Amino acid sequence: MPNGTTITDAGAELLPARPGEERGTLTGWVQDLVYTVDHKKLGMLYIGTGLFFFVVAGIMALLIRAQLAFPNGRVLTPQEFNGFITVHGTVMIFWVAMPLVFGMINYLVPLMIGARDMAFPRLNAFSFWLTFFSGFLLLFSFVGGPGLYGAGSAPDAGWFAIAPLTSPAFSKGPSIDYWSLSVLVSGIGSITGGVNIMVTIICYRTKGMTLHRMPLFVWLALVTMFLVVVFLPPLSAAQIMLTLERYLGAKFFEAQAGGSAILWQHFFWIFGHPEVYILVLPAFATISEVVPVFSRKPIFGYPMMVAASILIGFISAGVWAHHMFTVGMNSFGVTFFAMATLAISVPTGIKIFNWLATMYGGKIRLELPMIFAIAFLFQFLIAGLTGIMLGVAPFDWQLNDSYFVIAHFHYVIVGGILYGVFAFFYYWYPKAFGRMLDKKLGLWHFWLFTIGFHLTFDPQHFAGILGMPRRIYTYQPGRGWELWNLISTIGAFVQAAGVVCFTVNLLWSAWKGKIAGDDPWDAWTLEWTTTSPPPEYNFEKLPEVRSRRPLWDLKHPEDPDWKFE
Amino acid sequence: MSTESLSLTETEWKLPSPRVVGMILVILTETALFTIFVVAYLFYIGKSTSGPYPHEVLELPILGTVLLLSSSATIVVAERNLHKGVTSLFNLWWLITALLGLGFLIYTAVEWYKLIYEDHLTISTNLFGSTFYSLVGLHASHVVVGLILIFLILIMNLTGRIKHYHHEHIIMISWYWHFVDAVWVVVFTVVYIIGGNS
Amino acid sequence: MKSLEHLACQDKDVTEGACGVLRLVHRSGFVIPPVGSALRDRAEKLFWRVFLLLTAALPGTINAQTADQVRSVQNIFEPVGAPAEMLHRTSILVLLICLGIFVIVGGLLLYAVVRYRRRTTDDDETEPPQVYGSTAIELAWTVPPILIVVVLALATARTVGEINNTKFIGDPLQIRIVGHRFWWELHYPKYNITTANEIHVPVSYLSTPRPIELTLASADVVHGFWVPELSGKEWLVPDRENKWWIQPSILGIYLGNCTVLCGLQHANMLIRVIVESPEDFDRWVTRQQRPPTLDPNVEEGRRAFTANSCGSCHRIEGTTSNGIFGPDLTHFMSRQTLGAGVAPNDDKNLRSWLRDPQVLKPGCLMPEMKLDTQQVEQIVAYLKTLN
Repeated sequence: MPNGTTITDAGAELLPARPGEERGTLTGWVQDLVYTVDHKKLGMLYIGTGLFFFVVAGIMALLIRAQLAFPNGRVLTPQEFNGFITVHGTVMIFWVAMPLVFGMINYLVPLMIGARDMAFPRLNAFSFWLTFFSGFLLLFSFVGGPGLYGAGSAPDAGWFAIAPLTSPAFSKGPSIDYWSLSVLVSGIGSITGGVNIMVTIICYRTKGMTLHRMPLFVWLALVTMFLVVVFLPPLSAAQIMLTLERYLGAKFFEAQAGGSAILWQHFFWIFGHPEVYILVLPAFATISEVVPVFSRKPIFGYPMMVAASILIGFISAGVWAHHMFTVGMNSFGVTFFAMATLAISVPTGIKIFNWLATMYGGKIRLELPMIFAIAFLFQFLIAGLTGIMLGVAPFDWQLNDSYFVIAHFHYVIVGGILYGVFAFFYYWYPKAFGRMLDKKLGLWHFWLFTIGFHLTFDPQHFAGILGMPRRIYTYQPGRGWELWNLISTIGAFVQAAGVVCFTVNLLWSAWKGKIAGDDPWDAWTLEWTTTSPPPEYNFEKLPEVRSRRPLWDLKHPEDPDWKFE
Repeated sequence: MSTESLSLTETEWKLPSPRVVGMILVILTETALFTIFVVAYLFYIGKSTSGPYPHEVLELPILGTVLLLSSSATIVVAERNLHKGVTSLFNLWWLITALLGLGFLIYTAVEWYKLIYEDHLTISTNLFGSTFYSLVGLHASHVVVGLILIFLILIMNLTGRIKHYHHEHIIMISWYWHFVDAVWVVVFTVVYIIGGNS
Repeated sequence: MKSLEHLACQDKDVTEGACGVLRLVHRSGFVIPPVGSALRDRAEKLFWRVFLLLTAALPGTINAQTADQVRSVQNIFEPVGAPAEMLHRTSILVLLICLGIFVIVGGLLLYAVVRYRRRTTDDDETEPPQVYGSTAIELAWTVPPILIVVVLALATARTVGEINNTKFIGDPLQIRIVGHRFWWELHYPKYNITTANEIHVPVSYLSTPRPIELTLASADVVHGFWVPELSGKEWLVPDRENKWWIQPSILGIYLGNCTVLCGLQHANMLIRVIVESPEDFDRWVTRQQRPPTLDPNVEEGRRAFTANSCGSCHRIEGTTSNGIFGPDLTHFMSRQTLGAGVAPNDDKNLRSWLRDPQVLKPGCLMPEMKLDTQQVEQIVAYLKTLN
């Protein structure tokens, strides 16, 4: 069915009810969402949670940038600044990126594999509510203690909480505990969610969908959740040790007792590095679905894409100490981890080639999902290259803990992952809501956000090169940092404007968007075979597949995929 | 979907059981958790700046180990009876498993009483104390969870709530129990054998 | 690009083998061809001059070449001295390779989007040829990334080895740096000097290299030492000692920062490395070794200092004050700044600091000592005699 469906708005009453609409009243709607175990509703709850915390942490970012716009800034006190950078980072990772990932996967995976729900629906709800409430525990730290003014007892030791700054001697009061406990609880939610998703993918695929006929999105979800299951526990372990140290006087990282601050670093980064792959693989997943559909060709080299993803998952377990090149490791350790880091760039880079080759010879439709996907490719390319620079340890010895690193990881997370999330929204929102997102607002969103993104983070590379370290609440004039910081702050506000456009689009289109129909993009995977939005039971009859693109087979019976795969 | 595609009957399309995969993943994640505590223990062997030291206060927990590891054997016997359908024997061996596990916990409690009150080794004394109690304590907490699950099954079986389609659930619980015992083997080796003389 | 002889092969033994390989590789033109390196040098310098002019368009200081000019704009691509130059070489290699990859892959992406865009004249019904993949192509495009990775890995190994295993020519000057919240404790064991925050070192010329070996330790939490133009950064960890080194070859005052969040005033834990001529350095050493003069005019100040327990945190040689929690004040007036660089060391700032250090450095660990105006004046007068 070509793009630009001819169904008019008059058919809207025939659409299945939007989620929560069945009960009609507001209390009914709220009850529905609170009691639900349906993967689609939970998926949207996850995503809604992620978006809410995105706005909260984004406001913190705006305050941080306002403080840093000029030397000797007076917008925030050092206490407030340290609290904001810590909570901004922590919230963005654990209550924005993770819920978005879990939400995206929760919503789509059962639909893509032709299942009716997740393997353990009640566990699914449990995972979500753990994530949801733990976020508020962290935000509560701002109002705990002395109250909102002065940032209360917000944790202020950075998002990776370097020991021994976090020991009771140097961090009195409950600030660090808000950090440990909220992340610990959220971690339990993530681990249980990870188990659930892996079991669903392994055990609930519809008839005929062998592992090598799964959409790439599902493959990447599988690898991502494997990383969650194996690498979130080290963080929980480290936080348990930290909490024991702070409350029972245990001696894990205390120098006087013979403890090692570096051990905390190892434990944290054994989690921390796979964590960033946990965040980026779902973005790869989205791009791997969007690029083929909008280039009108199947993904180039599916087996190699799968192999590369699995390889990335495994190698990511062995690169963690590239965050620790400057702690004083011996040459062997530094060189080993540098080599491992460089090695992981090979499967990652190859994926870019595969996406490029998919576009080659295609008929690229520059719709919004594809526009964001193309921006992702450019920006992820740059992010990957600055990552390679940082992986070369001598270069890292200069640039570690500087604004160059901040620029690098924001390029990955905002320029890469968030653009993947935006592509996800523009592509699958019609499926979830039955209506298209507005194209004009979408373009405003894209341009404002992209210009803002580049204004914010491109200059930070230069600030780092000129010696600006991380986590400083202010700086003196004459260091050569003023211009870059000012541009960066302006960019942050431009990005905010883009986010406003996006939010308005999301809300407005839910009621006034163009009716989408089952398959507005002329796509090929199973979720497009059911209605938009799908009924609670997903499919009237569980489908049977013979190839990677079941809907292509249906639409092109003279040229089905299973003849060629 | 396509009518001419081969129609796979129920028996041809067999995916692994979700409970089995789920339990394997739970065991995987718990292994990752334990590994970090084991690494911390190993890393800090010999690094405590003050006593008491392991060689002064640790004794090989032979009795406790025997109790725990035999509970793995008794749970297998219980399982066999479950397959054969002999509910009374299943209940008996299942109960024995629980009691052996309980015995292990009591043994640990006695050991800790001695360490705390006679040897004055607590979690805050030194690196050895911190890593010892956190690792052994983490294991003990998993034993407690296992015991709760075992007792729950016992009670549910005695009240007739367990049906034939719950067999897989019970086997998964026994897998969890075997995992807890396997972790004890590692803890025993690391704490009492490798670190015992430092 | 300076001759390899100067950069890497000042040392024998360990780096001899590496140097041999280096020379071979260099001669084979594999790394960067020697031809045109002078041109590239000049082009690079020109680029940075323009760049810095732009960045320093707002009030700033252009990099200087004399001993008392402050090099406040530190640029990692303007290395000064051996370790920084070793890092710089590898960094340029990586940068150029990454730039090349960006141009090629980015160009291909741009081309694909433009060339294979759906034209409005196209009819929507036909799909392009459905190509599933090509093992040959995929294998082919795996090879260049692997090669690039191998080159970078080798370059990394070489430079890491160079810096970590360097054998110094002559006796290196040993300086022990202990990080505190939020200042730097400095010891020169050879000269028996204890001071704080401002590191004086002699300049290192080709003919008379003076390597400076830094021992980094911490008294509380983790800190980081970074003076970009002199070397990469290294951590100061409480339970270990890290060794690092610099060998500055140009006179000047180099600014640096603590790079690991250590608390509220992490931002103002600034470093000054004052690179001076060997004569000036010796003069400074002599001055630091001299006990402070006992000026009878500031007797009240000295008494106020002791009466207010300043000595329980600050040491002044030759007096009963021997605290080690705060910086050593024996030669306080020899320092250009106070508060680890937060403000210049002049009367106004000194008065403000004594009245309430939390004004200039909120969150620093010196509390408001609740001195009245007279006590402040007396102590200021006393401190000003500590040359």
